[in-house]
Amino acid sequence: MDFLADNASLLWRAFLTTLSLSLLAGLLALVLGTLLAAFRVSPIPPLRGAATFYVELLRNTPLTVVFFFIIFGLPQIDLIMPFFPGAVAAVALYTAAFVCEAIRSGINTVPPGQAEAARALGMTFPQTLGQVVLPQAVRAAIPPLGNVWIAMVKNTSIAAGFAVTELTASMQRLSNAQADQLVLVLLAVVVGYCVITVPSAWVVHRLERKVAVLR
Amino acid sequence: MSAPVLFDVPGPRAKARIRLWTAVGALLVLAVVAVVLWRLAGNGQLEGQRWSVLFDPNSGVPQALWDGLLSTLKVAALGMVLATALGLLLAVGRLSDHRWVRLPVSAVVEFFRAVPLLVVIFTLFFFLPGFGIRLSAYQALVGGLTLYNMAVLAEIFRAGILSIDRGQREAAYALGLRKTQVMTSVLLPQAVRRMLPVLIAQLVVLLKDSSLGFIIGYFELLRQARSLVEFFTPRFGSEYTFQLYVAAGLVYVLLNVLLSQLARYVERRTRRNTRAGGKAPDAGVPDVASVVDDGRAAPL
Repeated sequence: MDFLADNASLLWRAFLTTLSLSLLAGLLALVLGTLLAAFRVSPIPPLRGAATFYVELLRNTPLTVVFFFIIFGLPQIDLIMPFFPGAVAAVALYTAAFVCEAIRSGINTVPPGQAEAARALGMTFPQTLGQVVLPQAVRAAIPPLGNVWIAMVKNTSIAAGFAVTELTASMQRLSNAQADQLVLVLLAVVVGYCVITVPSAWVVHRLERKVAVLR
Repeated sequence: MSAPVLFDVPGPRAKARIRLWTAVGALLVLAVVAVVLWRLAGNGQLEGQRWSVLFDPNSGVPQALWDGLLSTLKVAALGMVLATALGLLLAVGRLSDHRWVRLPVSAVVEFFRAVPLLVVIFTLFFFLPGFGIRLSAYQALVGGLTLYNMAVLAEIFRAGILSIDRGQREAAYALGLRKTQVMTSVLLPQAVRRMLPVLIAQLVVLLKDSSLGFIIGYFELLRQARSLVEFFTPRFGSEYTFQLYVAAGLVYVLLNVLLSQLARYVERRTRRNTRAGGKAPDAGVPDVASVVDDGRAAPL
């Protein structure tokens, strides 16, 4: 236990890094993903095409490759990102594709009558989408969005390979310890992730029941 | 709800507006592409000679990338086989009637589902040596991919088995089959078939995750590209850096797109088979021709 106490500050900072990385990337991904979903159902073909292309491309690219391009590729076009913002960007860009799919599946659950009624009232596309369809779609999309969020928290671990000292990277730092202490480190890291994911799952569950649309 | 429900069939004015926004949108997309190309060209990244090195056997680049691809496929294939086999076992174990089987199996599955894959890989690679077990990067990667994905696959198989109609199981018992026989010859074949699209989707994820080998220094595609860059840099500077990264990234994307297409194809096939089994009551008589055509009746 002494060992954990000695390295508490390292582990605590690592935990905070994971948490802030998750929160920042999650927020960005939510905004970007919603925008992409709006593009994908919009009446304007180039936006539809661009969003579809983006989603298909990012969904078929390993997150490691996205990281790789942001950290090693962008400097080739004179865009140098420090490691932490780079990690946020990589996780957010990758996750946005999945957020888009989750929201699109939510849009699909909204009965067509809702959108038809909105149109009958003379609402434009942005109004129909923003005031009638999306608010209902997001409610239906909460369970898949929750899954995306939890998967994303676990995916932030890949930042360990790109010089961001978050929870997983702290394992590498502490790997010279004694065998019995290694178990403690592993336990601490696992608990660190669970501290984020388990309450999230609970919140998602509560939220889902609270805002569910009865059909 | 498909997209057109969200907006009216455009009239003349709306058409003009859409045309305008189409132009603006296209310009925006083109502008982004143009800026990237301009920056790349400004740095001389688009010169043909820089790209031709990727296809020039004398440079050793295609061979090295090919080796990287093979290593990636080797890890992924072994991981897929092991994870599927173990996942099946765990799924069956979690549905066991005996609590002493069910509980530990559930614990294992839940644990590996909750932990990030890289944590599993790091544990195998950095922590096991502390216990006197030294694994190579290859073994740690295969081990991590297997442990993590077997848990995910176990849940997929379990969901599949639970989705099979009770009557199947009851009929099998009524015929006098034993528990093992019911599982292996009645429930599992149907469950696997039903879950095939999800299964393949997860195997695509496994293939994607094999790129984590980059982080622990296994010479898969990305690491191979990186090491080529490190090899070239002292001699040519960063002349080929971007090209090599793009090549490695593109191969990954192509590989995954192909597998995803396979998943989509299988999904379409299985869906058609289910329908052919006469599941749709409004069809009246099941389409016998298509059942015979498929050579097997779909699960009801």
